[in-house]
Amino acid sequence: KMTEVKLHGFWYSPFTLKVKWTLELKGIPYENIEEDRFNMSVQIFQYNPIYKRTPILVHDGKPLCESTIIVEYIDQIWPENPLFPIDSYERALARFWIKYADDMVSAIRLLALSSNSEEQVKAIEKIWEHLRVVEDRCFNDHEKKFFGGDTINIVDIAFGSMVKFITVLEDALEVKILEYEKFPHFHLWYNNFKNVPIIKENLPDQDKMLAFLKFSREKLLGSS
Amino acid sequence: MSKGDKLEVLDFWASPYCGRVKIALEEKGVKYVASEEDVFGCKSDLLLKSNPIHQKVPVLLHNDKPIVESAIIVTYIDEVWPSNSLLPTSAYDRAQARFWVDYIDKKVFETGRSVWGSNGEEREVGTRDFIEVIKHLEEALGEKNYFGGEAFGYVDIIAISHSPWFLAYEKLGGFKIQDHTPKLSAWIKRCLKRESVAKVLPDPEKVYQFVLHFRKMSGLD
Repeated sequence: KMTEVKLHGFWYSPFTLKVKWTLELKGIPYENIEEDRFNMSVQIFQYNPIYKRTPILVHDGKPLCESTIIVEYIDQIWPENPLFPIDSYERALARFWIKYADDMVSAIRLLALSSNSEEQVKAIEKIWEHLRVVEDRCFNDHEKKFFGGDTINIVDIAFGSMVKFITVLEDALEVKILEYEKFPHFHLWYNNFKNVPIIKENLPDQDKMLAFLKFSREKLLGSS
Repeated sequence: MSKGDKLEVLDFWASPYCGRVKIALEEKGVKYVASEEDVFGCKSDLLLKSNPIHQKVPVLLHNDKPIVESAIIVTYIDEVWPSNSLLPTSAYDRAQARFWVDYIDKKVFETGRSVWGSNGEEREVGTRDFIEVIKHLEEALGEKNYFGGEAFGYVDIIAISHSPWFLAYEKLGGFKIQDHTPKLSAWIKRCLKRESVAKVLPDPEKVYQFVLHFRKMSGLD
């Protein structure tokens, strides 16, 4: 059965990345449509009139918005290699952690756009609060290499997309955030995660991201 | 449902987030105990242990295992007790339902708060924002009886749980929902006739008094 899947997004967005990784891990063919934040295609406003933003998945002409909703949809329509747990309680836990990962974005954004050291410190502390919770609560099962066990699942993807961002900010602002000394399990987990072949092949280029962040900061702050 | 199931909801009477959990359990005909938490005073050890990260209600304890975040809890309830389905079956319809639930939870209480929790111009802006939100909901509802179509379901449960606060928004904001979104008003009345909803939701007058008291304590009045 021929289906048509299109992904509208930004190559540098953790939310688009979450959807991309989901499609790639499931081997679902799709057309990637790169949107320009400052000049988005008209369809974005038709597909997502409420938020007017990406990522948007268009499946056989039907639009889906909001990355967390999109990935649940993908997992339901293409159930092979499930990325969500089968057990209801485990699913509820996974959904909790996905939301927790998504909630990190506001502190990450604050850091990306911080214009002085006070703002920077505050933003990093907020990120640390989140990392601390995950470090303390999520790595007690020493048998598990990933949140999904031996293989990665949707929770790995959710955290992975955010942590990728954090590593870009570490380089750009010359700060240490996901420090090994502070977050040894989380640090180790990310090293394993980014080396999973499909993730490695689909990780946005660090230098390209650094350049993009510099460009964004200049545009939005009038400085780098 | 097995006879041995133990269900407890850590609850706060005025919270829309707790209301929806109780409505979902009622809809499934499942027995549960609601334990009122002193959310502004001293939270119970059970709450702090069950939801250590956010320390908030609601928490559903299913045979002592905690599930947190109200939308996640309602989805869990629907999956564990699948008869009388709350979520649609088709993946696309489920995605649409989740979208509206996410929108409602991002916007309704927050814009409502900017109506009751402020004064002057801030309140005027809040009122306009709230009205814009309910207009979007009116559009999503359209000519249907319920958000999901013919049957009361997931989006309706999430949305109606906010309705006890609407009287407070109307009185403090100086507007009537009926005037801006007549279809939504009719939908509210329709939902309130449902046994589960009528049983669970608090009296809007009681919520209004609670809000006024909160305003006084916060120095807004």
